[in-house]
Amino acid sequence: MEGDIAAMGQFIGAGLACIGMGGAGIGVGHVAGNFLAGALRNPAAAGEQTATLFIGIAFAEALGIFSFLVALLLMFAV
Amino acid sequence: MAGAPADGGFNIHPMDQFVVKGLFSGEAPSGLADMFMITNQTLWLAISVLCIVALLVWGSRGRAMVPSRLQSVGELMYGFIHKMVEDVAGKDAIRFFPYVMTLFTFILFANLVALIPTSFSVTSHIAVTGVLAMMVFLTVTILGFILNGAGFLKLFWPSDAPAALKPVLAVIELISYFVRPVSHSIRLGANLMAGHAVLKVFAGFAGALGLGAVFPIAAIVAVYGLEVLVAVIQAYVFTILTCVYLKDALHPGH
Repeated sequence: MEGDIAAMGQFIGAGLACIGMGGAGIGVGHVAGNFLAGALRNPAAAGEQTATLFIGIAFAEALGIFSFLVALLLMFAV
Repeated sequence: MAGAPADGGFNIHPMDQFVVKGLFSGEAPSGLADMFMITNQTLWLAISVLCIVALLVWGSRGRAMVPSRLQSVGELMYGFIHKMVEDVAGKDAIRFFPYVMTLFTFILFANLVALIPTSFSVTSHIAVTGVLAMMVFLTVTILGFILNGAGFLKLFWPSDAPAALKPVLAVIELISYFVRPVSHSIRLGANLMAGHAVLKVFAGFAGALGLGAVFPIAAIVAVYGLEVLVAVIQAYVFTILTCVYLKDALHPGH
């Protein structure tokens, strides 16, 4: 195992790539939290906007998924 | 392949469940000769399609005015998607309803069938979701050019932006358009794969802990509940994004 710099870089890189998922977590929480804040102010209008909520969550989540994918590629494909 | 070492108590490999194997030979398909090989992948694809048929054809065989339980599930799903297409993509997009409904039921059932223990999760493979997303992308692009001609390019040219910014925004719009099939497919595939891998990781903990395994097993129950939610939500998200993209093809320019 000594001197296996490439494998070390692979694991460290995969770990670093996972930091990106934290950003996606912040984004998804922001979308959902703001939706809840708005929905509690005007519950009558909230029902129609759930589709928009899910689209927003999906877009925010996609970027976290990309970083997850980079981590997976580093672990299993490189 | 640099997976985890096999020594120690932790010897369930979380990614092994995604290996495509021949159903009878037990070996991975390789080369052109194995193109029509029956694998665990095709088996569970067939099972999910059979479940859809069972629900929609067999379930509503009575064609009752007052629906039975199974029939009302099918009708609820039908009405739900019909309303989604109308609301998101517009009234004239209703001719694409069969396509959207097919996508939704297929992804939903593939996701849910994958949650049966020891089954194979079909939609966790980028090969499957990539084809689904690529079909949506090609449909939207070709349809956009057929319906609108060169007017479809207005999609990339923001009309109400300062003139100096327009070329920059057009480049960004173009990039985001071509990233669509990538994010569309990877969102579904990676969500499913991550969830199933988490279940397997906790299963590995349970195997290694002996009596203390109660805690990982409780965690598995909780994550499993979350996975049921994810399976439905990801099918919904895939479908609603298809509707959003269809709207772009039918009404470009914004």
